[in-house]
Amino acid sequence: MSTATAVLGPPRTSVGVLGWVRGNLLSTWYNVLFTVLALVVMLVLVWVSVPWLFVDADWTVITENLKLFFVGQYPPEQVWRVSLGVVWLAFLFGVTWGTGASGVMSIFARVIAIGFGLAALVPLPLDVVSITARIWLLAVPMAVVVGFFLFQDESIWSELRDFSRPVAVVARFSLFRGRSPQIRWLVVAWVLSFFAILVLLRGFEGLSWLPLVGTNAWGGLLLTFLLAVLGIVASFPLGVLLALGRRSNLPVVSVLCTMFIEGVRGVPLVTLLFMTQVILPLFLPENLPIDRITRAFLAITLFSAAYMAENVRAGLQSVPTGQIEAAKALGMSGFGTMLFIVLPQALRAVIPAIVGQFIGLFKDTSLVVIVGLLDIVGIGRAVVQANPEWIDAQREVYVFLGVVFWVFTYAMSYASRRLETTLGVGVR
Amino acid sequence: MSDKGFPLRLSFGTIPLWRDVRVLRALTQLVSAVLVVGLVLFIVTQVVAAANERGFSLGFDFLREEAGFPIAESVIEYEESDTFLYALGVGILNTLKVAILGVILATILGTFLGICGVSTNWLVSRIAVVYVEIFRNVPLLVQLFFWYFGVFQLLPQVAESIRWPGPFILNNRGIYMVWGSPTDAFVPWLVAVLIAVAVAVVGAVVLSRVESRVGRSTYPLSVAVAIVVVIPALAWIFMPDSPLVRDAPELGRFNYEGGLRLTPEFASLLIGLVIYTAAFIAEIVRGGINSVRRGQTEASRALGLTALQTLRFVILPQALRVIIPPLISQYLNLTKNSSLAIAIGYPDLFSVGRIMVNQAGRAVPIFLLLMVSYLAMSLTYALIGNIYNRRVRFEER
Repeated sequence: MSTATAVLGPPRTSVGVLGWVRGNLLSTWYNVLFTVLALVVMLVLVWVSVPWLFVDADWTVITENLKLFFVGQYPPEQVWRVSLGVVWLAFLFGVTWGTGASGVMSIFARVIAIGFGLAALVPLPLDVVSITARIWLLAVPMAVVVGFFLFQDESIWSELRDFSRPVAVVARFSLFRGRSPQIRWLVVAWVLSFFAILVLLRGFEGLSWLPLVGTNAWGGLLLTFLLAVLGIVASFPLGVLLALGRRSNLPVVSVLCTMFIEGVRGVPLVTLLFMTQVILPLFLPENLPIDRITRAFLAITLFSAAYMAENVRAGLQSVPTGQIEAAKALGMSGFGTMLFIVLPQALRAVIPAIVGQFIGLFKDTSLVVIVGLLDIVGIGRAVVQANPEWIDAQREVYVFLGVVFWVFTYAMSYASRRLETTLGVGVR
Repeated sequence: MSDKGFPLRLSFGTIPLWRDVRVLRALTQLVSAVLVVGLVLFIVTQVVAAANERGFSLGFDFLREEAGFPIAESVIEYEESDTFLYALGVGILNTLKVAILGVILATILGTFLGICGVSTNWLVSRIAVVYVEIFRNVPLLVQLFFWYFGVFQLLPQVAESIRWPGPFILNNRGIYMVWGSPTDAFVPWLVAVLIAVAVAVVGAVVLSRVESRVGRSTYPLSVAVAIVVVIPALAWIFMPDSPLVRDAPELGRFNYEGGLRLTPEFASLLIGLVIYTAAFIAEIVRGGINSVRRGQTEASRALGLTALQTLRFVILPQALRVIIPPLISQYLNLTKNSSLAIAIGYPDLFSVGRIMVNQAGRAVPIFLLLMVSYLAMSLTYALIGNIYNRRVRFEER
């Protein structure tokens, strides 16, 4: 301390851990107070929750009903189709990771591989997670790895390149315009897989190895995902069209779109679900049977499209008029201007809002419980209502449901932040 | 000069009809109008046909009939012999009750968390971030189920109620707390309070006008607060008997009586809505405060304004401009989300409507009434938002 010759470093209290604590936690007297209060709050929360989570809570209600939570009433001997779908998606994630096309997808691929790998080795008795289930779970990381290495070889992609011409025309319309053929192929693969998996899950009437599994048997997380993905896929283009319609300089079109958007945004989703479940069957022709899941999907899509339209409209407003004028000066058609100049900029500007909207839609799928569908929340309700033995385990069920939803919504918001950085929103 | 050499025909005559912009515009509008009108007509005829065929009525005449179903709780007196229309009113008031309280509490909690989020204290800002990330990302319905079935339903029976000082009592029939019960002197006192508020508002407006004219602080806000506090307090002291008397919950024969009782359904709904919406409001407030550039604060401090004055005159006016519009849309979301009450049995507008459908069998008219009621609430919020936006719009030169 008292060596006179040494150049004095900064005081120990302003650097390192101590300095950080001083600067960030104890800088003023009221900051000390806040820190103490925050610590007290945290201690109380830990004190209350940790003993419950690890000692008092009875998690058998979850472990004994895992199949119900994940696929609902899907016939047990047909669950392999769902597993196959998951493994196929894992493979696609692996391929996407292998091409290095998207940072987000690469991270998700790794998270999926590690998550499923760990789930396969989870130290639970074999009657809870069976050998078959563990094999399927292990297949997921393997599919990711296989996908990763399979298309590393550039030559495979050049083989494919010749066929990608028609695809390229379609891909021009998307944000992927100007990217490599690999990415075009990936887009096509993802889109086709989406329909392929739907067919796989549904099957065909009379086909012995792929019998029909009606949508009324789809439930649990499978149904939640299905409603969310279908809702997102359908509401996005609808929302863009509505936004364009609202901004249109044709008064009739604009007024109609505005009325639809504001009318739908002004009422709660449950009233729309109620409409499609109770009112819609009243005026549909009798020879047009629409199952309950489709009707719920309809309500969710209309609701989400109205919100999507408002997000897209905000994006459209952010595109400077000069862009449109420049496109016109270059002789582009009105259609071309919209598709190649305005929309890409508009959509890029509102990615956070759009992803936020998708997260909202994913959470909103839980509302189908109110009209009696058995998505993962509905299964949770049904399990505790149907079995008196689990009537006291309600808290466990809802905490589990909360965690499941949280994992997926958090993943989506993480992806959104990554996407923003990749596309350089707000950075030029 | 030959008349052949001069082109008399106007050039637009050569544009084919299907490329003429005016024709296309008119055609597009006509087609879309016909499509929509056709769809609406189709739906109406289908509904009418179905109504005739299956024998249900589409009229609103049933609203005058006796409702005949109980409603668990209501702001106004309600009996089963009241009409359907009255029952619907009870539902609307229940929705308004939870929405108004929810908006107030969510604003307080959300603002607090938003300010915590921008705190320089690392621990405090982390806690705010974790709160937002947890409660924003879990569906409201799951949270409501958790509060209702996972917390309030699991509270002890009446005999083993949890008693906190106050008294503040918790059991599986609800929450009980001390409340003031109004006496005969309450109404005159309320008048005094209203007069005080009116005087305070007028005073504050006048003082702030004076302030901007003379350029010296006339403390409009402090004066207004003082008026609102002092006049009711004096009225309370000098009135012959106290306008409110303390009303504490006491254990009666079956349950606690007296005081203020919140049913488990109402309490769960309120807590769920407030905690969920506060997470969104916190993000809005945090974003609003962050949107004010640092230079603004530094400049105002350099001009010699105190920290409080900086907040009041520099940061808040700019931040509020960013905060208020999304805040109002969160209020609207909260109000619409209160329709999830049906999942936990709180009789809000939507649940009452749903019971009415079962009771009266008039799905279409009741559905229309529900839509109109919710739209009216939404329009009210939109109106408030528009008025605010017009007031704070930048005066561009």
